[in-house]
Amino acid sequence: MKDIFLDLRLWEIVALSLQVSLSAVVLATALGLPLGAAVAVGRFPGRHALIVLLNALMGLPPVVVGLVVYLLLSRAGPLGELGLLFTPAAMVVAQTVLITPIIAALTRQAIEDAWREYEEQLRSLGASRMSAALTLVWDTRFSLLTAVLAGLGRASAEVGAVMIVGGNIDGVTRVMTTTIALETSKGDLPLALGLGVVLIAMVLVINAAAMVIKEAAQRRYG
Amino acid sequence: MILPLRLEAVSFLDVIKPLSLELAAGPSTIILGANGAGKSVLMRLMHGLLPPSAGTITWSSNGRQAMVFQRPVMLRRSALDNVIYALRVAGVAAAERPAMDALKEVGLAELAHRPARVLSGGEQQRLALARAWALHPEVLFLDEPTASLDPSAAREIENIIRAFDAAGTKIVMATHNLGQARRLADEVIYLHQGRVLERTPVAEFFSKPATAEAAAFIKGELPWA
Repeated sequence: MKDIFLDLRLWEIVALSLQVSLSAVVLATALGLPLGAAVAVGRFPGRHALIVLLNALMGLPPVVVGLVVYLLLSRAGPLGELGLLFTPAAMVVAQTVLITPIIAALTRQAIEDAWREYEEQLRSLGASRMSAALTLVWDTRFSLLTAVLAGLGRASAEVGAVMIVGGNIDGVTRVMTTTIALETSKGDLPLALGLGVVLIAMVLVINAAAMVIKEAAQRRYG
Repeated sequence: MILPLRLEAVSFLDVIKPLSLELAAGPSTIILGANGAGKSVLMRLMHGLLPPSAGTITWSSNGRQAMVFQRPVMLRRSALDNVIYALRVAGVAAAERPAMDALKEVGLAELAHRPARVLSGGEQQRLALARAWALHPEVLFLDEPTASLDPSAAREIENIIRAFDAAGTKIVMATHNLGQARRLADEVIYLHQGRVLERTPVAEFFSKPATAEAAAFIKGELPWA
């Protein structure tokens, strides 16, 4: 069991997992943060329906996302020309679709709470809605970090979407979760367990870091 | 000059009954009344935070006005940066010097680099006044600015309000604190259940109130009609 951590293969799989999930988080943050902030501060028709939709999409089943992205990227699909299917890029796309609603919904919640507190003051100072939204993003930055990390946790732990669009190809699209699924069914438990330990340790470290940062910020900035 | 401010037949839901009022530059105006009389709503209507249900509110021209709330909201940044923020939003580019000057004015220069949200209640209210001071507003609205402060902190706030008055800013303040009204007011608007019952110079208001409701309020009886 100890030797498994000396296996280069394992660390290559870990590296690819991180590369895919971190890329997805960066993209989903770029999309979800402004979306969540706009929904929190904006007033437009259909806003409530959009909030319900975002909240509901937080629970998107990864296999369904995988299926939809598969259909989009498959050779006969609308984006088939790009030739992305069964590449890490396809996995990034699928995970981005999966976690953008999570980041957007959690951002919307954090910023709407802050808006309730700040609205009169910011309007009194003469801030436009746009500049108020940016102010709120900055002032809730430590809560938003939690939203982003929730997205990262979801992305790195899901197996269904990356399995379908990545194809679990050895050395190309094989990540931690798909390896665990495959190796377990093959009966190669040491590699599966080793990856499981790494995955859980990662999630623990990420969440501990988020908590430490948030509490330190709370003490420092009130 | 943005004053006088004219309210014509202004109402808000059933909180403010249709009223007409004109506020001119100069005397400090204190809006007195019991809780629920509509003081805060009236100030928010004048400041533009609430749209009236009916009637019109007109300023003579564009100009700076500021408002200080009972519970000021501080941004998660330093005291100095809170003042700089207000100046930037108002379009002042070189904001650092005037922001520091405003902090000195309210006696917070030493705390300039402290996070604003960890300051005490009295310090936060002084910071809110510094944020207004930096803007040199022609009118300053204050909504019960000392209601949640201890007496000594309240005194400091009153001194700063006097400094605004001395610097030529028109003070419009809502309070239910009679002592404070006596100390700061030139004229009193007495509000009762959304209606202006009296508008008189402060000495007259306290010595011979014209309505039974105002008389009862001064005596400390809550005038539930």
